[in-house]
Amino acid sequence: MLLPLEEIGIIMSLSAKDKAVVKAFWAKAATKADDIGSDALSRMLVVYPQTKTYFSHWKDLSPGSAPVRKHGKTVMGGVAEAVAKIDNLTSGLLTLSELHAFTLRVDPANFKILSHNLLVVLANQFPDDFTPEVHVAMDKFLSALALALSERYR
Amino acid sequence: MGHWTEFERSTIQSIFSKLDYDVAGGKALARCLVVYPWTQRYFGNFGNLYNAAAIMGNPKVAAHGKVVLQGLDKAVKNMDNIKAAYKELSVLHSEKLNVDPDNFKLLADCLTIVVAAQMGAAFTAQVQAAFQKFLAVVVSSLCRQYY
Repeated sequence: MLLPLEEIGIIMSLSAKDKAVVKAFWAKAATKADDIGSDALSRMLVVYPQTKTYFSHWKDLSPGSAPVRKHGKTVMGGVAEAVAKIDNLTSGLLTLSELHAFTLRVDPANFKILSHNLLVVLANQFPDDFTPEVHVAMDKFLSALALALSERYR
Repeated sequence: MGHWTEFERSTIQSIFSKLDYDVAGGKALARCLVVYPWTQRYFGNFGNLYNAAAIMGNPKVAAHGKVVLQGLDKAVKNMDNIKAAYKELSVLHSEKLNVDPDNFKLLADCLTIVVAAQMGAAFTAQVQAAFQKFLAVVVSSLCRQYY
């Protein structure tokens, strides 16, 4: 079960510049973290309906619903933690990886889907700041995050 | 593939009617070359692609972005049979340009980001779904003639 990045043999590590760009952009975006999380999850559930299968226990899966907003906040808490531990994502996110691997058992292909929707929201809400340079650094960061989350899968 | 609701039809027509073809295509292509640098392999004769600033200011990238968007316009005008409308484009990309089809999705994602940035609040989840569905059909039609 290879992640798309591993399949094409590209494991890209974050340069010092990437980390600086991510931290600087996150400093701006963090103030709207809850909105970003809710919006990204809402989009994921609408645009990729197969992801709804993980949330059959929620009463309301519509964009911006209470469970979606609550869970968006949880997810962004994880992203914030990853930014803080950007120098060693693998060891820093070990507990989260175990949660996703053993309890949630989310197919890792979905990490890429959620990442895409996060990037769409960032572009949508920060059009002037989300330049191509910020985009590539954030994309690399979210890919590294996904890889760290997959660490304990098998 | 190929079946559109009224909402999807009008959404696609509306988005493209508001796009500046002179600008949006170039922005998406430049973003693709920056975010996925291996895609630069197809543009060896474009001159300076050494860094993000060079790519974003490169006139050949801007010009080619316009060509790409004009190609997309063909799909917008033939939504009920994109597969047929794209037959020659598909042969062109596989036989002459030798583009790895995985790259179509990368450019499509960059165009989604450009449109998301431009449309603000109007780019709702449902609009995003319609736009991505349209691009998926376009990508699939471009891949059709590969063998």
